[in-house]
Amino acid sequence: MSVFWAICRQHAVLAWRGGHTTLAVAFLFIGVTLMPFGLGPELALLQALAPGLLWVVLIMALLTSLDRLFQADYEDGSLDQMMLMPLPLEFVVLAKLLGHYIALVLPLLLAVPLAGLLLNLAPAHLPMLLLAMLAGSPALVLLGGIGASLAVSVRRGGLLTVLLSLPFYVPVMIFGAGASRQALAGEVDETRLAILLLISLASLLAAPVAIAAALRNAVR
Amino acid sequence: MLKALENISALYANPTRFMQLAARLHAPLWALALALLAYGLFRAFQVPEDYQQGETVKIMFVHVPAAWMALFGYSFIFFASVTALIFRHPLGHVAARAAAPVGATFTLIALVTGSLWGQPMWGTWWVWDARLTSMLVLLFVYLGYIAIWQAIEEPTRAARTAALLAIVGFINVPIVKFSVDWWNTLHQPASVSRLARPALHADFLYPLLIMGVAFLALFFALTLTRMQMEILRQKLRVRRMRTNQGA
Repeated sequence: MSVFWAICRQHAVLAWRGGHTTLAVAFLFIGVTLMPFGLGPELALLQALAPGLLWVVLIMALLTSLDRLFQADYEDGSLDQMMLMPLPLEFVVLAKLLGHYIALVLPLLLAVPLAGLLLNLAPAHLPMLLLAMLAGSPALVLLGGIGASLAVSVRRGGLLTVLLSLPFYVPVMIFGAGASRQALAGEVDETRLAILLLISLASLLAAPVAIAAALRNAVR
Repeated sequence: MLKALENISALYANPTRFMQLAARLHAPLWALALALLAYGLFRAFQVPEDYQQGETVKIMFVHVPAAWMALFGYSFIFFASVTALIFRHPLGHVAARAAAPVGATFTLIALVTGSLWGQPMWGTWWVWDARLTSMLVLLFVYLGYIAIWQAIEEPTRAARTAALLAIVGFINVPIVKFSVDWWNTLHQPASVSRLARPALHADFLYPLLIMGVAFLALFFALTLTRMQMEILRQKLRVRRMRTNQGA
């Protein structure tokens, strides 16, 4: 099990030291800053659109980071080494995804309240919004990993990863943004939250298997 | 029965045998597809005007079968990919690859004809209705599948990666459908699937079914032709590699 945590830690530290965390958070704020220029500065309008906009920007920031998941390990041969380890490849994959979540998604979620204030969200709206993002974001990383692993052998496969991942993001986006919109009305949307958790759990079971199969196929 | 099926599939695992069969099927299949298409279109134009929709109801005879074929095409790719991955049937990858642009085109036709129908009927070219949206997502799934084949140069790796994508994508399609239905619904419910008492008058139903069969035949004709091309392309590739090695 210590190997699992070592891989997880390594991936997180590399993402942090390589400046990818800073880049993703900066991307989130730049995306949010562009919104009032595109939509006009009326605060009421921005508040009404804020939950959806924050989800879109969160997903965009995450999509730009996906090609980092396995590409570097594939190119320098670390992936071949990881396949020789006693730890099954499925768990190696899970460790890397967890590292990615800790180094990139958690900082993004921490930045969301501040970004929300820029879009005129009241502090009272934030808990529900963050709850929905916490429930849905594991699925975003797990499903994005499928796209990243399928495109891993393609040089500069970033755009291909985005194209492959987006259809998987549609359900998460629908229920996540839907639950977050209810936050504006001050309601807790238990149904949508439950579905989000279900999607995340199902992805947790299915995605590592699919990703490992795709990686084995790429290295073969 | 199963044994017989196995024998047949084993027989046509040999590309040369398959090419012989394909050459024999090619002309009749195309003739059938074009004849059915011509007859179906003729019947469609004979249909009386709808009291609500007027002439635009005729778009349905292209729109609905195209939407059927969009879904059928992706299911075809899924089953071909499963056959290729699990039973290691060499023609599975070829069939899946050949069918992808055909299915994607039918999806595009369904979207475009739907848009042309929506303009006079709903007053707008596009609405974010559940069915339209899930068809659009299906188009992206098709495009991703085609992009994988183009992006990965090494043929066996491309084939296996594309097959994996086809399988996870196939699981994703009904989930997208479910969530998008939850999200927004405006499209009229399917009027043919209620088998006991279809909501469609027989004057409309028969031309529609003829067009459905015509599109199915067209799908197989196009896919068969593309499979023949693909096998020829593979042979050409091998021959080129051999001459390069000889030189």
